[in-house]
Amino acid sequence: MSAVIVRRLLAFLATLLATSIVVFVVLEVLPGDPAQVMLGVDAEPDAVARLREKLGLERPTTVRYFDWLLGFATGNLGESYTYSVPVLELIVERLAVTVPLALIAMLLTTIIALAAGVFAAAHHNRPGDWGVMLFAQLGIAMPNFWFGILLVLLFAVTLGWFNAGGFPGWEDDALASFQALLLPAVSLAIVQSAILARVTRSSVLDVLREDYVRTARAKGLSKRAALWRHGLRNALIPVVTVMGLQFAFLLSGTIIIENVFYLPGLGRLIFQSISQRDLVVVKDVVMLMVAKVVIINFVIDLLYVVIDPRLRTAR
Amino acid sequence: MSTAVVSIGRFFRYGNFAIGIALTGLVGLTALVSFFWTPHSAILIDVAAKFRPMSAQHWFGTDHFGRDVFSMIMVGARNSIAVGVVAVSASVTFGTALGLLASARRGWIEELLMRMSDLAFAFPAVLTAIMITALWGPGAINAILAIAIFNVPVFARVTRGAANAIWAREYILAARAAGKGGLRITVEHVLPNILNVLIVQATIQFALAILAEAGLSYLGLGAQPPYPSWGRMLRDAQSYLFEVPEQAIYPGVAIAIAVLGLNLLGDGLRDAFDPRLVRKR
Repeated sequence: MSAVIVRRLLAFLATLLATSIVVFVVLEVLPGDPAQVMLGVDAEPDAVARLREKLGLERPTTVRYFDWLLGFATGNLGESYTYSVPVLELIVERLAVTVPLALIAMLLTTIIALAAGVFAAAHHNRPGDWGVMLFAQLGIAMPNFWFGILLVLLFAVTLGWFNAGGFPGWEDDALASFQALLLPAVSLAIVQSAILARVTRSSVLDVLREDYVRTARAKGLSKRAALWRHGLRNALIPVVTVMGLQFAFLLSGTIIIENVFYLPGLGRLIFQSISQRDLVVVKDVVMLMVAKVVIINFVIDLLYVVIDPRLRTAR
Repeated sequence: MSTAVVSIGRFFRYGNFAIGIALTGLVGLTALVSFFWTPHSAILIDVAAKFRPMSAQHWFGTDHFGRDVFSMIMVGARNSIAVGVVAVSASVTFGTALGLLASARRGWIEELLMRMSDLAFAFPAVLTAIMITALWGPGAINAILAIAIFNVPVFARVTRGAANAIWAREYILAARAAGKGGLRITVEHVLPNILNVLIVQATIQFALAILAEAGLSYLGLGAQPPYPSWGRMLRDAQSYLFEVPEQAIYPGVAIAIAVLGLNLLGDGLRDAFDPRLVRKR
């Protein structure tokens, strides 16, 4: 078992390193002179030179790269060019919005999808199943930001129950802050749970056809007991895979949704940073988001090993 | 099963396929007609006519610049389809080539290509688009590039998985015994036999590409004004949600119809190519 984990750990570290090289090359080497990009083509040569010095661009590329990596380890991510505050500070502040948003969205996704998926499988080829599948098909076709706008239209514009956007801040008003995250979380969750419900349904159906479930039924277990005692663990493997992928991509989903609801999260930060050409922030936040995808994939890999003991001995 | 002998009649027995082709056809036809005719100009600004409600003259009303929304939706279809077609074609070409290469060569080449696709998978299309935009500014081409980059590993993996299964078949052994080389076997035997899988996947990725394009242009990272795009129309509509709420509906419905149509088409094609799946479900 430990050999499998070590192998996966090495692959994980290698992927992480490779992604960091890609991000660094694209955002710091390809632009030629990042200082010029940040200030625009019409900038005074003096100003460009000053910024270049401030960013330490005179140093060799490899030194800058390792410095940047080291910054992630020590928390020294440099200073934002537009906000003139340490990037780490900016990121931590924004994470207080994005992380709760992603967690609420994922929680809602899991509850809705598992309930709907198992329900559909239990009512296979009956109206309940068709109903769930119809809603799933529609949910998958809807852009989540459009769903968000429709929610605003209904709950903010028409009914007036929620604000159309904005975020009061946890210190000022925790309850209102939580409320501000609800509609965005629902917009993210509905579309994702449509996908996950389909996966859950077909996975449960597959498992119900397995020999060991038939054996369990033959020894007198009810369909439900056979599923819960023997089937669910196996049915969960594809579900966990898709959940992992969804959670990993949730952060990029939040980029759009945070813009729909004017939430001051990581997604909005990166978006504002592009319009302000603040490459320092863009580079750090992109790396953080990509690292999150890689880390979650790694955790999912480890979860497989926990769920399916057969994988412990496999290559 | 070979691709060519699947009869049209059998396709239409599958409801998914029929609805899918109808919706996709509707979107395609709209885009096509928009080249020759739209009720009004989709670009010309007439501020005096802004926020007109639905009427015989303006079927979906007018936007904050007085442009005819129905005409904009029609021209927007062109944009969505163009981005989808170009991005998916590019990623099918590269992804399939890489997948076939990995499958034909195996060993370290396969390992390297698959690790590279792991790497590319870590970059969601929105992030790629953001990086490209940080470099070269926003635009339709950059959106296409970001969506294509994201899709290449998808096709590489699907191709490799399907091709590996074909390489294990006996007729490949026979072809080898007949003295055919790796390239010839790939072109003559492997590719034709995985075409079904690729067509289904391409249809689904096309749907995802339309969603991604809508998201990017909503953020302002896609097609730039004055060319209408469904995503940006939603952004504009959101700014005037209190004045003309109904305008936040039309572009979203258009996106949903296009995506739903392609998804159903993909499902229908899969069922038609492999009827065993239908019985199993």
